Amino acid sequence: MKVRLHGTRGSYPTSNRENEYFGGATSCVELINGTERIILDAGTGIIALGSEEYYKNKEFNILLTHLHMDHIQGLGFFGHLFNPNNKINIYGPSTTYESLYSRLNRYLSPPLFPIPFRDVPGNIEIKEVLNTELIIGSFKITSNFIVHPGPTVGYRVENQGKVLTYIPDHEPIMGSMEMFDDDDWLSGFDLAKDADLLLHDAQYTSKEYSSKVGWGHSSMEHAAEFAHRTGAKHLLMTHHDPLHTDEIKKRDFGEFMDNHDYDFEIGLAVQGSEIQL
Amino acid sequence: MAAHDIEVILSRQLADCLSLPIFIVGPKGTLLFYNEPAEQILGKRFEHTGVLEVDEWSKLFRPQDDKGNTIPPENLPLVNALNKRKPAAGSFWINSLDGKSHKITVTAYPIIGRARKFSGALAIFWKEEGEV
Ligand SMILES: [Zn+2]
Ligand SMILES: [Zn+2]
Repeated sequence: MKVRLHGTRGSYPTSNRENEYFGGATSCVELINGTERIILDAGTGIIALGSEEYYKNKEFNILLTHLHMDHIQGLGFFGHLFNPNNKINIYGPSTTYESLYSRLNRYLSPPLFPIPFRDVPGNIEIKEVLNTELIIGSFKITSNFIVHPGPTVGYRVENQGKVLTYIPDHEPIMGSMEMFDDDDWLSGFDLAKDADLLLHDAQYTSKEYSSKVGWGHSSMEHAAEFAHRTGAKHLLMTHHDPLHTDEIKKRDFGEFMDNHDYDFEIGLAVQGSEIQL
Repeated sequence: MAAHDIEVILSRQLADCLSLPIFIVGPKGTLLFYNEPAEQILGKRFEHTGVLEVDEWSKLFRPQDDKGNTIPPENLPLVNALNKRKPAAGSFWINSLDGKSHKITVTAYPIIGRARKFSGALAIFWKEEGEV
């Protein structure tokens, strides 16, 4: 499968020269197997997928990790939602009392959005996920709740013997750099076990993390240690802090790599790049 | 073994930060974790014992009522929280490994996650006033 990164920025979109290498669009990843595609998260990165030239399918599957704005902001501007001939399946985590539809409707309705969600012309089906396994075409998908404020899942997607794990927002252990010794106490462990590619939150440096405990994000150290523990073969750090320019990102990552020695590939996620698994 | 539910993992993260003794058990009563203050009561270290089954850990406490009668496991608040999936509380005497008898009060509650999935129970131990 091909993994296309359409949005790698966390928190909010940016648009300036200093950020253009890693990109300013927020979370969105597309997985492609022949004519089959699924979309992970609907940050502003999804907007680029909205044209009919780019995306000729009539059925779309969008899997949301959670409903923070940087993961759904592009949904209302995803062009295919406005074609009545399109079928759009939106998956996302449920809460105990409020449905996913109702929670999405809080954003996709006035005054935050011009029209109510129910008036969007496309045929939208909302499907709630928990610790769930689902099959979409040739994609086998597992969702599990992970540590992040509000109901949040990560996704493990298997296709033709390859595994992509997507955990863009994750604070595996709060207020510490030390994860519990046993793997079964590690949030997200089953999702990332032996993944061929792990896309994981690494918003902060360890120094920055110390003043952002409980915000739900990882330092680069957390991400690398998590990848090491789970046996992931390739880690791409994502959910870049909007205040980190390309220069800062490259500098911090360079320093991190100078001080750590892991036996798997580590890189920074770049908007517009594509990885073949 | 599959990783624990997120609600159990977060319970351990909380227990790790608190100075009150806390025990976390899985849905079948297996003692999955106890924190450092709880190690003081048990006289054992979690790193050494690892997980303990119900009949192992309930014997370790040797819980007794005010008259010195042994309390059967099914009358312990933690076992009650597990079996009835409701909060439970109670006071009783335990012998810690240092040979001393302590009166403790236990508050236990079931861990039920967003999906209403029952993942186990958590017990907080309070020593009676005057006890150290
Ligand atoms: Zn985010
Ligand atoms: Zn988030």
